[in-house]
Parts: sequence; structure tokens; C-alpha cells
Amino acid sequence: MTAITGRIAHVDWRGPKLVGIVGIGLGALAFWIVLPPVTTRSPLLSVLIGILAIFAGIWAVSRDQKRVGWGAVAAGLAGIFFGVIATYSSTTNLSAVVVWSALISATLRYATPLIYAAIGGLYCERSGVVNVALEGMLLTGAFFGIWTIIWAHSWAGGWAWVIGLTGAALAGMALATVHAVWSISLKVDQIITGTALNFLALGITGYIFIDKYGASGTPGNITDYGIPDVHLNFMKNWYFIGPIFGQLNLMIWLSWALLIGTYFFVFRTPYGLRLRSVGEHPRAADTVGISVYRVRYVAVIASGGIAALGGAYLSIGFVHSFSENMTQGIGFIGLAALVFGKWRPMMTYAATLLFGFCSALADRLPTAYGDQWGTLFQALPYVLTIIAVAGVIGRSVGPAAAGRPYDKQ
Amino acid sequence: MSDELLSEEFEETPTPTGPLGASPQQNFVSRAGGKLSGPLGPIITTLFAFLMAGVAVAVVGKNPLKVYRSIFDGTGLNFFFHFGSYSIRLPFSTQHVWFWWDTSSTAALNLQQTLLITTPIILTAVALGFAFRCGLFNIGGQGQYLVGAYFAVWIGASFVNLNPFLHVTACLAIGALAGALYAGIAGILKATVGAHEVITTIMLNWTAVWVGEWLFGQQGPLQNTTQPSIPISNTIADGAKLPVFWGPKLLQGLSVAIFISLAFLFLYWLVINRTTLGFEVRAVGFNPEAARYSGVSVAKNYFLAMAISGLFAGLAGALDITGWEYQIGQLDIPASTIGFIGLAAALLGRNTAVGIGFASLLFGALINGTSGRQLDPTVFSPDLAGNLTTIIQGLVILFVGLNLTTLVSGGVFRRRRKAT
Repeated sequence: MTAITGRIAHVDWRGPKLVGIVGIGLGALAFWIVLPPVTTRSPLLSVLIGILAIFAGIWAVSRDQKRVGWGAVAAGLAGIFFGVIATYSSTTNLSAVVVWSALISATLRYATPLIYAAIGGLYCERSGVVNVALEGMLLTGAFFGIWTIIWAHSWAGGWAWVIGLTGAALAGMALATVHAVWSISLKVDQIITGTALNFLALGITGYIFIDKYGASGTPGNITDYGIPDVHLNFMKNWYFIGPIFGQLNLMIWLSWALLIGTYFFVFRTPYGLRLRSVGEHPRAADTVGISVYRVRYVAVIASGGIAALGGAYLSIGFVHSFSENMTQGIGFIGLAALVFGKWRPMMTYAATLLFGFCSALADRLPTAYGDQWGTLFQALPYVLTIIAVAGVIGRSVGPAAAGRPYDKQ
Repeated sequence: MSDELLSEEFEETPTPTGPLGASPQQNFVSRAGGKLSGPLGPIITTLFAFLMAGVAVAVVGKNPLKVYRSIFDGTGLNFFFHFGSYSIRLPFSTQHVWFWWDTSSTAALNLQQTLLITTPIILTAVALGFAFRCGLFNIGGQGQYLVGAYFAVWIGASFVNLNPFLHVTACLAIGALAGALYAGIAGILKATVGAHEVITTIMLNWTAVWVGEWLFGQQGPLQNTTQPSIPISNTIADGAKLPVFWGPKLLQGLSVAIFISLAFLFLYWLVINRTTLGFEVRAVGFNPEAARYSGVSVAKNYFLAMAISGLFAGLAGALDITGWEYQIGQLDIPASTIGFIGLAAALLGRNTAVGIGFASLLFGALINGTSGRQLDPTVFSPDLAGNLTTIIQGLVILFVGLNLTTLVSGGVFRRRRKAT
């Protein structure tokens, strides 16, 4: 914590950087004022605030704060653009889509499988093993979670979800073990192995699912004994916060614990340092006595377990059923969030929130504007990630040794 | 441990490589391109995958041999085993000639379907193979295939009165170019800022899927103009359809697309082995540093290899549209996996033209033989069999990259034990 407070203390609050940040905020404000609950109906105010944001940006750029400055200019332009568009839309349509508390809680629901996938990927890739099998690990967790919870339901009753989560994590770890053996010991190309595992997961889960449940699908009563929601009754009636945090699934709260735990583990403990050093320079790590193989094995297998928990949330915490290939790219959005967040826990979490917000918006837009406009929002996470790796918003560079098998000498 | 090491600056050290870190490409050709030379390794891999899948069949209480026999019959490959004396009609004419195979039997109909599916697999495999030779992993064959198909269906359904030859050529050329440009995005990013092509092409795959769902979905810009409730494109004009030379046109007969596909397979061999371009591409793939020192532009070849790779995949999509699909349904878009099957075929075929040809036929036959259309549900449920195909595909990719000889002798594990 001292590091964080120290960093805040060192920010020059009068400098051009702050002006840039304020500019970004103004850009967001230009859009926000035309949305419910404020719902300004005149585009003029939006345009004025947007222009202010652009000026703030240009001033920051001229004082050599390029990244923040251009960010403010972009935010100003976007604010004007969307602000003017929104004033052309009817108030009823706007208030049907923009219900902030509903949007935010939907964002949290959609972001949760992503954060498990991304954190799983973070451990794996920080140790120097590329993991494109996150999708398969998520799917494995989703299926084995639901399979074990149905099996455990008859004898474990209300606590069956614990067995479900355990089963999911174990299945994910089993799949990850194959990834570990292949990419660490056998030194096969990690992307090929990951692709193969995605197919194996898809085939195996689909095969058992058809054989076990067939056309009728998984039983409909999983809603009764799935992963429980956390009811915080005391805050149910609080303005704005109550509807969002009053009733969230347990896995969402756990994801925050996992996130904070990961941040401290990776950046504030010797184990995390070992993990990162193995991913950046395995030879150097080996020289100082760190077992590169062991660190990588542990990281890869842990990655499978964590990602599988995200899948379990999807099947037994959120949808309460399973269908073939139900993840449909969620694992890849998790991977995208990891790249977008530059392999850091907090930035990755911000990315999952952004991508979750895309999904939430895609869900709500059709209520007012027809099916089609939501679909394009589903593509946004992928496009943003391409822009991120292209270096437009600060280059995204991963662990140096990722993708290369290590030959012990 | 000192505080400086623990701070985040440690992992902010800039590296000159892509976002996935230092390029794995140097290892790539040797790792994916074949330790056990010759066809023996792929054949053992395939047999092993089928053996494992057979175990999965036995687990659900079916006889694996019976199931495999039924799948084989569905592929139509038994067509070749029935010699006889038949009078067949020559394609595109009314003349009848003598032939030693019966071209209108059930097996012949099944074989047509197998070859229909093999056609795009060859091209997506070639797409992957070409990029592999340059040390690039173009995992985006699926997206490039889809983009090629979108453009083909768009051109095919517009310009209805165009000359048929021009129309179908335009469909194929523009579909292929669209694929090339789409892959070119990843190529340019690789060549200029070093963005890892695996990340960019995965993202481009999913972008293509969602854009397609938008294009052909309800109220989408390319949805059909007659039935607004059905999320499907217009059917392409008759002039934009490739001629069917074998089998009934209305029941998905085999079009000349298979010959175009085989011609491009030959072209792939020619370019890789007999041209300067192919030599430079292989040089970059083998060792980018050495290539750069000997005056080969690595960036140019990265871009070219990706664009040519996308050209093949885009053509695959355009051939599917003009050859037998004639339209795109919104639901088909996320369900399509041709690009990834091409990946398996390229790896199994060790990136050689002949190998890709046979591997594509294997996967085409497998997909057709396990489809609901061919497989007898009393022998084995097609739903299960479809997943079995996916499992075999996964096992093939998993085991084909292995150094089988080391594995058999246990060399990998032994070396570790000695070292510690």
C-alpha cells in the first residue's frame, strides 16, 4: 500500500497531465449529460463541453503530455459525436436502455467469467507460457462444474455448489496439465498445443454432454442449488448502490478477492517475483536457483483451475444450464482483456469491465433500437484489442520469454 | 529482495519483440514442420487419434469398428473399390462413354459431398502452410475464410445481369482479395510495430464472426430482401454459380471448385519451391536475422506472407459460396470451423503440398462421414459423431507436433533427470 500512496503523493497535480485527465473527464461528461437521469435535450451543451475537452487535450499535448492529451482530444470528439446522436433519440428509448444500476450490475455479471479467464491467463503467461487454451479451460469448467453439481446434489444438498466448483477446477487443472507437459517438458509449440486443447475441450464436453443429457439438456432445477447469491439486506434500499451490490453472485465477490490477491501475490511477494522473472528471463532465474520448470508447471496448472472457475460461474452461477460450445469466445475475450490490460491485474480488470460493459450494452440496446445494433458491440472488445496491440494507446508488450520453451542446461 | 526489483518498473523494461514476447518462430519450422520426416509420423499420429476416439466410442457402449465402418461408407471413399463396366454421361454434354467406376451410385453421391468439404479445407490448409513457411502462425484462417465468403455473396447477389463468366470470376477474385486485405491487417501490424500475429488474427476471427452476424442478421445491411424475418442473405445469381460437373445440381453436386482448389495447391508448391518469393519467405521463416543480414526485407515478407495466406483462405470462402452454398445464414457463421480444420490439415500434412492434399481429404471425409446426412443414427448418433470428429481433430493437432522418437525413447524426461 505504501507504494500506491507514495505514487499518488508524487503526482504533480498542477501539471499538464492533470489538465489532460480533466479533459478526458470533460469528454465523458459531454456524453453523460444527454443520458438519463440528466437527459439534456439540447446538443449545444454537449458540444461546448466537448470543445473544452479538446482544448484541454491540445494544451496538454503542447506541454508534452502526448498520451493523456490525445486521449482528451479523442474523448472530446467522442463525447460530441455520441452526445449529438443521443439528442436525436427519443427520451423513452434512452431511458429504456440507460438504466445505470441495471447496466452496471449486468456489466459485473458479464465481466466475471472474463476476469477469471484473464487472471488464469495472467499466471500462465507471466510464467512464460502462452495460453490460447483459455476458451477450452472455461468450457471444461462450465461442463464439469454442472456435471459434478448435478451428481452432488442428491447427497450434498444446498452445498452441492462447492462440489461443483471443485469438480470444475480439477477438470480445468487436468486440461492445463496437458498444456504444461506439452509446452514445458515436451517443448511443443505452445500455440499449437493451446489450439489442440481448445478442440479437445470442445469435443470432449460436447461428447459427454450429448451422451449424458442428450436432446433434453441439463435439468431445469439447477437454479435452486447453483452457486448462491450474496444478499446484503441492509443496503437493499440505498440509493443507486443497493440495486447493484445488494444481490450479487458469490463468484463476483470471490473474483474481487482473487483480483486483489493476485495483485499482491504477483507484485508484492517473492513468489510473484520468481513467477515474473521466469517469464521475463528464465536463464537468469535458473542461474539464481529458481526451478524454471516447477514455477511454470505450477503457474500453468493454476491457470487452468482459475479459468475453469470462470466457466463454472457461467454454467452454475449465471445461466444455470449447459449447451454445447456455450462459452462462444468468452475465453478469447478474456485473453483480449489480458493483452489490453498489458498483463497487469488492475488494468486487466479495467479491461474486463469495459468488455463486460460492451456485452451489457449489447444486451440492452435491442430493447429500444432493434436487434442489429447490439451485435456490433459484441465485436468491440476484439477491435479495441487490435488497436491496443497496434500501439495507438500505448504499446502492449507481454512477458519477454512467453512462447519460448526453456531448455535447461 | 530490494524494493526496486519489486516495483513495477521491473516488468516495464521495453523489449523489441511482439506482445507475446520473443518470437517463437525460430523454433516453429522445426517444431511444426516435422522431426520425423516422411509420411510415417503423420500416419502414426492419425492412427493413434482414431484409436483414442475408438476408445471413446467403446465407452458409450458402441462397437468402434462397426461405427468406423459406417462412417467410412458415408464418406463415399468406397466408390473407388467398385470396379465394373459402366456407361456414364460426360460432364457438360449428352455423350455417353465407357468408364470403370459407376459415377451415379450412392457411393458416388457421398464422395461428391466429401470432395465438396475437402475443397475449402485444402485452401485454408494452404493458407496456414504458407504463413508457417514464413514463420508466422496465421490462426485467423477462419476469419479470412468468412470475409471471403461475405464479399463473394455480396458481389454474387448484386450485379445480376453481368456476364456469367465475369460475374463468377469477380466473386472469386474479390473474395480472395478481401481475405488478403483482412490478413494483411495482421501482416502490417507484424511488420511495422511487431504485434504478434496470433493475437491479432484471433481478434480478427471474432471480429469477422460478429460483423457477419450483423451483416446477415435481421435488419442487417445484407439480409435477404424478400423475407425480413429470416436472418439469411440473398441467394447469388445463377451467373455467379460455378458449373456443377458431377452429380445433380439441385442436390449439392460437385462443382469445378475442387479443380480450382487443386490448382492453387499446385501453385502453392510452385511458389514455395520454385520462385524467389518462396525462397525469401522460407528464408525469413527459417531465420529472420540471417535473412535480414543477407538483404531480405523481413517486414515486406511478413506482410506478403500474411496477405497471400489470407488470399488462399478468402478464396476458400468464395469457392464455398459460388460452388454449393450460394447464400450465408446468420447461424452458419459462428458454427463454421473450416479455417481451424485447415489448421489441423496443414499440421498433419507437414506443410507440404502432397501432405496437405491427403490430410484435407482425410478431414473432409471424416466431417462428411460423421454428418447427420450420412451417418446412420441407429449405428451411432451423428451428434456424438460430430464431437468425435472434433476430438480426433484435437488429438491430431496435439500429437502431430510431438517429436515421436524422443517420446518413445523417453529422452525428454531422462535428460531432465540427468540435469538435476
